Amino acid sequence: MCGIFGVMDKRRRMMDGSGIRQALSIMNERGSGEGAGYAAYGIYPDYRDCYALHVFLDNACESKAVVDATLEQWGTIEHDEAIPTYDQPNFRAACTPWRYFFRPDPSLAPGSATPEKDIITTLVMQINACQNGAEIVSSGKNVGVFKAGGAGSRPETVADFYRIEDYEGYIWLAHNRYATASPGKWERPDPFNLHDWSVVENGKITTYGTNRRYIESFGYTCSNSTDSEVITCLIDLLVRRHGLDIDLAIRALAPPYWDEIDRMPESKQKLNRALRFAYGPATMNGPFTVVAANPDMMVGFTDRGKLRPMVVGECADRLYISSEEAAIRAMEPKVESITMPAAGEPVIGRVAP
Amino acid sequence: MMAKQVTIDAKGMHYTPLNQQIRKAVEDGADEVVVQNVLGQRFIGDGLRGNATIHVYGVAGGDLAMFMSGPTVIVHGNAEHAPGNTMDSGKVVIHGSAGDAVAHSMRGGKVFVRGNIGYRGGIHMKQYEAQRPILVVGGSARTFLGEYMAGGLLVVLGLDGAMDARGIGSGIHGGEIIIRGNVDDACLAAGAKKVPLTDEDRKRIAPVIREFAGDFGLDPEPLLNADYTRIVPASARPFAGKYTWE
Repeated sequence: MCGIFGVMDKRRRMMDGSGIRQALSIMNERGSGEGAGYAAYGIYPDYRDCYALHVFLDNACESKAVVDATLEQWGTIEHDEAIPTYDQPNFRAACTPWRYFFRPDPSLAPGSATPEKDIITTLVMQINACQNGAEIVSSGKNVGVFKAGGAGSRPETVADFYRIEDYEGYIWLAHNRYATASPGKWERPDPFNLHDWSVVENGKITTYGTNRRYIESFGYTCSNSTDSEVITCLIDLLVRRHGLDIDLAIRALAPPYWDEIDRMPESKQKLNRALRFAYGPATMNGPFTVVAANPDMMVGFTDRGKLRPMVVGECADRLYISSEEAAIRAMEPKVESITMPAAGEPVIGRVAP
Repeated sequence: MMAKQVTIDAKGMHYTPLNQQIRKAVEDGADEVVVQNVLGQRFIGDGLRGNATIHVYGVAGGDLAMFMSGPTVIVHGNAEHAPGNTMDSGKVVIHGSAGDAVAHSMRGGKVFVRGNIGYRGGIHMKQYEAQRPILVVGGSARTFLGEYMAGGLLVVLGLDGAMDARGIGSGIHGGEIIIRGNVDDACLAAGAKKVPLTDEDRKRIAPVIREFAGDFGLDPEPLLNADYTRIVPASARPFAGKYTWE
């Protein structure tokens, strides 16, 4: 099942990590205590123009040397340091979390409309695909992922290990993992991040193989064996590289059934048919709720058969998307509206420009 | 003799000690248990017997009143997924809305929801001899209402606007779904069919509607005289031949 949670402040007012820790904690029952993680936007204002790379290193010597060398080939490391962590009882760190603030050299991706992001994409895929003792777990500007997997990785433990209350962000995502299919490695639990986009998912995409083959045909390498990795790449492909609006991208990933399309007005039919034909292999089937974010928005959507829950809360400038209503009320006791959007009906919240 | 009331503050409490306290209060003879500050605690009233009334203030967590046999649970707020799951007898009254799979596999008793319910309401409700579960929804219900329904009565009153549900009665092979107003044929799943509501049917559901209206302070008269669509299984074995061969 898994528990997921997202909160966004439309006016970029900062929230420290204590609120989302509490929200995720309310949904403890949705996880198996073997994986949890948090993603936050806006946490590195001093390095806002650098790509913040969060890396899990097997050790700070050989594994780090590989990352240093690769980054120096592709740009400039402005600063790097160990991510502060704090020992927790019955919890063992399986790696050394490190962070780099990095400026890619855009001249190394000639002809690209988004050279920096192309370089970051290549770097992340390259480093993560090799058995080099280094895994980049987040790679966007002013964003970071804090997560852990394996025994003892309860939501509160992971939050306390990184002391997420010390960070302030205007968008937070969180995930409490109910491990089913893949082993409890540290890089496995959601959130998954690739530069702009972070994704948390509750579910199991039965079309994982088709979706992965499709996305890999565009040059992405999926080395993590998780749904959220494929979803992140799909959103990046559709939104950044193909230029689709987010609502169309979501419609491509979770389209209406054919019989629903048949009943739409003609112009809508045309659009929806075109999307289904063009992006057939990107269509995700199986039970899922996804919450995704980039620096400008937070979105949520479910599978069209609605096999996973999604509750949406609103309170002044705050938008909440959660697996359970109680988690929203834990963070926002005075929440003004609670709704459960229809299957396949995306919830899109944008940060004020 | 005065009714014995016990109040429990659930703030910050895990569901295990909370449910132990509720169970103990009922075993000790409480007629009324008031649970304050509920925030998503699951399994409230599960397997509970007797005829006590449990008042839940806050958001009731998943699987409320599962396997419950006898008591009444009144939720002054919303409920998460599957209230009334496999409930045996008794009553659940929810003043707010509820999540997906309300009255999941329910086998007896009543679940009344004033607001809306999510997807798959009444999934696999069943009946046997005198055991006949009843789910009444004041607001609207979502797609796959009455999925795999095997028995019982499911009523949707649509008090807050028309219902937008497709696949109604998907796999239904027993029981009946009664929806106020007209239901488009396209919203029915294969295996479900519409039949007229007879005067006898109307007489049969009248006490249920009166009870529902009474619980939520509504005027029953307009509801008793309204038009209803009755949906029943097209056959007792809608998928005979699909998975097996005669």
